[in-house]
Amino acid sequence: MNQDTREAVVPPKVEVAAAVVKSEPPPIEEGEAKIETKGLSFFYGDHQALFDNSMRVAPNRVTAVIGPSGCGKSTHLRVYNRIFQMYRGQRATGEVLLDGTNILSPDTDLLELRRRVGMIFQRPTPFPMTVFDNVAYGLRLHFKMSKTETADRVEDALKRGALWDEVKDKLRASGYALSGGQQQRLCIARAVALEPEVLLMDEPCSAIDPVATNKIEDLIEELKANFTVVLVTHNMQQAARVSDYTAFFYQGYIVEFGSTKELFTNPKKKQTEDYITGRFG
Amino acid sequence: MEEHKNMENETDAPSQPADPGDTVPRKQRSENRGDLIFRWLCTLAAIVTILIMVGIFAQLLKQSIPCFKKFGAAFLWDQKWDPASMTFGAASSIYGTLASTVIAMLLAVPISLVIALFLVELAHPTLSRIVGTAIELLAAIPSIIYGMWGLFVFVPFMANHVQPFLQKTFGYVPLISVLLSGPPMGMGMLTAGIILALMILPFICAVSRDVFLMVPSVVKESGYGMGATTWEVTRDITVRYGLQGIVGAAFLGLGRAVGETMAITFVIGNNHAIRASLYAAGNTIASTLANEFGEASDPIYLSSMIALGLVLFLMTFLVQLAARWWLGRIARAMGKT
Amino acid sequence: MTPRSMTYRRTVDRIVQLISLLAASLGIAVLAWILWEVLRRGVAALNWTFFTEVYAPPSMGGGGVANAIFGTAIMTLMASALAIPLGFLAGVFLSEFGATSRLADQIRFSTNIMMGIPSIIIGLFVYTLVVVPMRTFSAYAGAASLAIIMFPVVARTTEDMLKLVPNELRESALALGAPRWRVTFSIVFRAAKVGLLTGVLLSVARASGETAPLLFTALNNQYWSDNLSQPTANLTVTIFNYAMGPYKPLQQIAWGASLLIMVGVLFLTVVARLLLAGKGAKQ
Repeated sequence: MNQDTREAVVPPKVEVAAAVVKSEPPPIEEGEAKIETKGLSFFYGDHQALFDNSMRVAPNRVTAVIGPSGCGKSTHLRVYNRIFQMYRGQRATGEVLLDGTNILSPDTDLLELRRRVGMIFQRPTPFPMTVFDNVAYGLRLHFKMSKTETADRVEDALKRGALWDEVKDKLRASGYALSGGQQQRLCIARAVALEPEVLLMDEPCSAIDPVATNKIEDLIEELKANFTVVLVTHNMQQAARVSDYTAFFYQGYIVEFGSTKELFTNPKKKQTEDYITGRFG
Repeated sequence: MEEHKNMENETDAPSQPADPGDTVPRKQRSENRGDLIFRWLCTLAAIVTILIMVGIFAQLLKQSIPCFKKFGAAFLWDQKWDPASMTFGAASSIYGTLASTVIAMLLAVPISLVIALFLVELAHPTLSRIVGTAIELLAAIPSIIYGMWGLFVFVPFMANHVQPFLQKTFGYVPLISVLLSGPPMGMGMLTAGIILALMILPFICAVSRDVFLMVPSVVKESGYGMGATTWEVTRDITVRYGLQGIVGAAFLGLGRAVGETMAITFVIGNNHAIRASLYAAGNTIASTLANEFGEASDPIYLSSMIALGLVLFLMTFLVQLAARWWLGRIARAMGKT
Repeated sequence: MTPRSMTYRRTVDRIVQLISLLAASLGIAVLAWILWEVLRRGVAALNWTFFTEVYAPPSMGGGGVANAIFGTAIMTLMASALAIPLGFLAGVFLSEFGATSRLADQIRFSTNIMMGIPSIIIGLFVYTLVVVPMRTFSAYAGAASLAIIMFPVVARTTEDMLKLVPNELRESALALGAPRWRVTFSIVFRAAKVGLLTGVLLSVARASGETAPLLFTALNNQYWSDNLSQPTANLTVTIFNYAMGPYKPLQQIAWGASLLIMVGVLFLTVVARLLLAGKGAKQ
């Protein structure tokens, strides 16, 4: 059994962390956070899934959210753009402040919120239209543009999604004609085209092969220059490689939050340490 | 139990079990006699289907020969239908069948889609179930009930309220005025088309609803996640995703509309002439067959009626073929995605 | 690049929601309207005479439809006796023996086409095949046409329901040494019995409401007939004849008969749906 290739088992924490984790990012001051969660609780009908979550997401950084299956990380993420609103019986209490304004208040403009906060899903979800139309979709929804302007922005988005070279001859092909990894990058390009302020990524690589995963991870590194990224992942190595801050969730609670380096090399809570060293998963 | 008795009597070789996933048993010398008979019986019963299909076509063809011998192919586009002089032409019936079907489809398809949208996206689950059941009940109501209601309730309603209203409001628009001309009698092509729409609506709606339900939640979430409204997600994503299924549903509705008899017979007025106005009486192939069959004692009259039946049979057959072909295309395309 | 108006987009969204609500209400309203009218006008006709007498001239009130009720019942029964066993066997073939063979595909294709053929054509077909040689309209011809209409419905639902039965059930029975036909009838059928019953109910509902095919086969009869090879009274053609005629008392009776048919058909349909839903809940 080759320990290097087994994903779930992390070798003694100090060695890996030192090799992979980035340098210490600055602490997040109050009022500087892009998204600040205060006492967020979430309910599926009568069942409570999130308990009094409080944390700060730093602007222009990658914040990873890790934890075992069913710990509430996706649920938490999906509050940030209120996508849970689609389903009856799901509700959130508490406050989630985007640039200081509570987005959980009933008079929040959802359409505007979702223009500012984009989302990438676990499965690639190209729309049933051409590659070009996929990327242009969000733009056309919210803006009136000339043909040349649309074409420029699509090209720009595809370049930022690291997909332009591969699809520039296939812009009129169906979105489904691309490979899985390409489709996910298409979804990223589509989200990025709208120039959101925040990008929510819900396990974006879980349905993608390792080579494509690498490409997407590199992409995430580039994206944070212009966007705030919140990345839910079940892959701890990925979190360690890519993020600046990490939150560890367990059974609906935020057990620990801190800079990725701190959390992986010097976790404060025993549960965090147990999870990172693979004692449970 | 009987199965246990079998086990005691058998030697160690049991009857050949079917392979998992393969329901065609391998033939063996030791195949049970009873099973052989059983299999042949079932096969024969199933072949009956093909026999009936072929039989219908053959019979209709054979019996309509006298008619085609007398009138030739001109039977198909000749308008004159006169039992007194024994001259028959199918044009008005074919026109009526097509016109009433077109009206029905123009009304039923958009309304069905919009109701399906309501059922899947907008309604509270309980309300959705109630409305869904109501639509299913509409589908179960026999044609003759639609005919009765159509003749005694809906026709007066059309004559007294709807038709005059339409004439007053749109009567001045150049092309439309021709369609709405003539005395508002209530019976006629428009009324027939509307009732037909009511009858095919439940079928198209049910299939459209299933199609909408098949769009994966994640894809819809992607749409909403971009800040699209419910209508935008439906128009750009849901409908596109299920477009081919919806077209298949429309074909199904089309097939039913073409062959519908009793409801139309009650309200279309039985007039063998092609008129521009939708308020005018007309006929369809099915309504002519229902209305005039009793009086068709003369062999040519009878043969002409059967020739009409042949035309209708071929029409429905073609629509079914087209529908199957189209649905086959979807199945293959879905396989690729 | 100018932003598109959110108010415009929201308004369009609201309008579409309104339209769909209206359309759904329209559907319910029409159903309620039809049910209400049939109920209202039909109930007035239901009395003792209606159920026990046969035709009487309009001047004497029109009589009743006892013979028609009987005629419809007996023809539906005969049709069922023919179509249901045959339909079961055909369904068994499609599900158990011919899952992927070319023959099975062609049969499935034919069955689908058959279900789409207008019932009036089927009546015409049986006319040429049965009525003409026999030189008379008859209950037999009527039953034959109804049977042709029921057969594909039973065959298809049987195939669909049998296919839902897991293969493991068949295999365990066969592994005990049971012959194929036994496995099918005592095990598989039993497992699918609710679904099969649903198919039967739906086909009976369909057949009992049919008019057009009977016009060419059983015609109608104003009086009792003890001879099944004579024109036979039935509810649907009676409705047709009375409704198209000028006599008010007869039209009234037509409404009564319509109510009868509608209640019967809806009852069978609702029971079938409830059975299907109940089965889903159990699993």
